[in-house]
Amino acid sequence: MKKQLIPLGIFAALVAFLAIGLTLDPQKLPSPLIGKPAAEFDLPELYTQEPFSPSQLQGKPWILNIWASWCVSCRQEHKLLVDFSKGNQTIIVGLNYKDTPDEAKAWLKELGNPYTITVEDPQGKAGIDWGVYGVPETFVIDARGIIRHKFTGPLTKKRLREELLPLLAEFEKEAIQDEN
Amino acid sequence: MKIKMQVHSWTSSMSAALFAILLFSTSCFAAIETYQFDTAQQEADYNQLIDELRCLVCQNQNLADSNADLAKDLRQQVHKMLVTEKANKQQIVDFMVARYGEFVLYKPPVENHTLLLWFGPMLFLLIGFFALFSYVKRQKNLPAEVE
Repeated sequence: MKKQLIPLGIFAALVAFLAIGLTLDPQKLPSPLIGKPAAEFDLPELYTQEPFSPSQLQGKPWILNIWASWCVSCRQEHKLLVDFSKGNQTIIVGLNYKDTPDEAKAWLKELGNPYTITVEDPQGKAGIDWGVYGVPETFVIDARGIIRHKFTGPLTKKRLREELLPLLAEFEKEAIQDEN
Repeated sequence: MKIKMQVHSWTSSMSAALFAILLFSTSCFAAIETYQFDTAQQEADYNQLIDELRCLVCQNQNLADSNADLAKDLRQQVHKMLVTEKANKQQIVDFMVARYGEFVLYKPPVENHTLLLWFGPMLFLLIGFFALFSYVKRQKNLPAEVE
């Protein structure tokens, strides 16, 4: 190789690295919780105030959606969740994060309620145990109570189709295997 | 005389602006809560921990510097674990890493997958030195230019 081409080569390598850097989203952090058992919490249900904890769902796959009425991107994904809940039987637990019951109820009344059960976490205590650092966040938990997937930021049709639905189909296969 | 007056008022407004900037920047870096500690050691541990743990919302700030809600909650959590639960520093670091991943650490541990992070700069320095030495050596071997 000609010597004059060396700086060009270094420059090209630098450009390649920077180009890769641009495609990465620094807000998306890998969750260390994937593959771990779902963190326990004991929180009151939004409407009935009855205590709820994840262990009550043992044996069933479920989705945990963390949302708040003050969160703009929650509004963005909410319609998708409502539509999803109409056509799918999977349990969706809504964790109302750092919100007030009145505002939460008003929000659900206005936009529809996709949640099988909604729990209040006004201080964000359960949020810390689930490693929440922004809303919305969505976890998918399998029948054994293991966290299998995490969506950071609003759900989209694409993420639902390409990530959530295949995972739920996998859960069904696992359920059949477990029975045998 | 008039011109001089203008200059003066300009400098005074400048210094007022500068003062305002200084005032703001210091208030940004203050954690507002006041916490009680049982021992001086606890307080030192607390300060060290909030200095070394990252705020995950505003990713280039540590817990001590950040005013984000989450940072406030995590400072409270650190304090609670230290004072109420008598946890040691390592337990608190483990607690945070288990929930937020190693990204929460401003000072990641030296492990196989962080080797490049820790020693990459040294590697680049060595490459630089190597390039420099070989360049100088080549220059020396060149025949001296005739004036």
